[in-house]
Amino acid sequence: MAATSLQCKECRTPYPLEARYVCERCFGPLEVAYDHARIEDVPEARRRIQGGPQNIWRYADFLPLEQPPASARRASSLSGLPAGCTPLIKADRLAERLGLGEVWIKNDAANPTHSFKDRVVSVAVARARELGYDVIACASTGNLANSVAAHGAALGLESYVFIPADLEEQKILATGVYGTHVVAVKGNYDAVNRLCTELSGEREWAFVNVNMRPYYAEGSKTLAYEVAEQLGWETPDRCVVPVASGSLFTKIARGFAEWRELGLITGEAPKMNGAQATGCSPVATAFAEGHDVCRPVKPATIAKSLAIGNPADGAYAVELARNSGGGVDAVTDDEIRAGIRLLAETTGIFTETAGGVTTATLAKLAARGDIGPDERVVAFITGEGLKTLDAVRDTFTTHTIEPSYDAFEQEFAGVAS
Amino acid sequence: MAVTVKIPPQLRAVTGGQGSESVEGATVAEVMDALYAKHGELRDRVAGDDGQLRRFVNVYLDGEDVRFLDGLATQVPDGAELQILPAVAGG
Repeated sequence: MAATSLQCKECRTPYPLEARYVCERCFGPLEVAYDHARIEDVPEARRRIQGGPQNIWRYADFLPLEQPPASARRASSLSGLPAGCTPLIKADRLAERLGLGEVWIKNDAANPTHSFKDRVVSVAVARARELGYDVIACASTGNLANSVAAHGAALGLESYVFIPADLEEQKILATGVYGTHVVAVKGNYDAVNRLCTELSGEREWAFVNVNMRPYYAEGSKTLAYEVAEQLGWETPDRCVVPVASGSLFTKIARGFAEWRELGLITGEAPKMNGAQATGCSPVATAFAEGHDVCRPVKPATIAKSLAIGNPADGAYAVELARNSGGGVDAVTDDEIRAGIRLLAETTGIFTETAGGVTTATLAKLAARGDIGPDERVVAFITGEGLKTLDAVRDTFTTHTIEPSYDAFEQEFAGVAS
Repeated sequence: MAVTVKIPPQLRAVTGGQGSESVEGATVAEVMDALYAKHGELRDRVAGDDGQLRRFVNVYLDGEDVRFLDGLATQVPDGAELQILPAVAGG
């Protein structure tokens, strides 16, 4: 594999490619370092990727695995729950509504458990198996719980998922069904995370987003690879991405940067716009106030999948937004609900609250005139609306009628046939 | 005033393998100083040159991040539990 070591993002101390995530010298986060061979024949390298399986393992050369899981060809798979190769939709009606030139929706709800988390879990669990773990676990705001439980079931691994006790019922039901150990912690996500951080030191388990976090985070790069490939080996001009811990946001940028350096894709580095809910906006606040670090907050928002009050990669997200010419914005719960409706009405894609945050942020950027008329913008929709149904309750009228022709005609009198 | 401090695995190399310590102190700063007095190398790992906690170090007093309280100046009641943990997990 091209991965050579783990490396501290702060002090650059190298570590072996094991289940570790913290620098023992400065407590900084570890990330995977690579030594990619120079690509001499770009068209051949692209053809090699295009000839790979219809899932994230087509990008295995850029992921930290000894051996990608047996993936057969095209759409079939010999193991696991393959993620990725989700649709990129040109959203002309949404663009028109917002007065923008070119908008694309990366619909990552079209993954096996209906969120982008299947990408990161695939990579973390594959690496965990290489390292000999047979129990997987996670601290989750919901989507990750679904994914870890499902991957455990698919691969025959025992799993433990830790969630805040007040999570949406749909997300709890869609986790327990896989036969996992669901642990509902009486506290918010940050309390769950604290507990899992402590447990990961004492249990020989692969916590995908704690001790496996360097590998887990790499999975998000595949979103950038896919978008670039789908756009014809080009970068978009701007990305709008939801921000919780900041890992997805920074790794999408990293994915584009890696491929630009290797010459696999053309175009400038995209402007990166982060999207948060006002009720949990430590990153947006730090960006707006010009701070380098994020002050932790107590979350209070309907966007529970983004409700991380103490974001691990918050400082890196602020830095990226600033350096790329983008930003980080926050939207209210009402704007989130409107965002869900806007996306659904103009694209036919029903997203969860996090997607409402992303769409509402896109609308805000458009209204503010931040997006140029020639820009190609990609909005990353990371989760499925059926998991947060409460967000759309009572937002439309249902016509209840007797089962007769007259009743219908009466209800819709005056509506042109 | 005795306070229990829980030490994560990443720091146990400099605490002689100890996972928890009992030290005296009326504030978080005093507790940390007492801990540094026992284990000299610990200071460099968790605190910067200015004595403040490094940005990726979380300290919890009975489960609450001390950043939500008064930081290093937070009063620590007798018998309380202080926990040091890496901040980079999750998401």
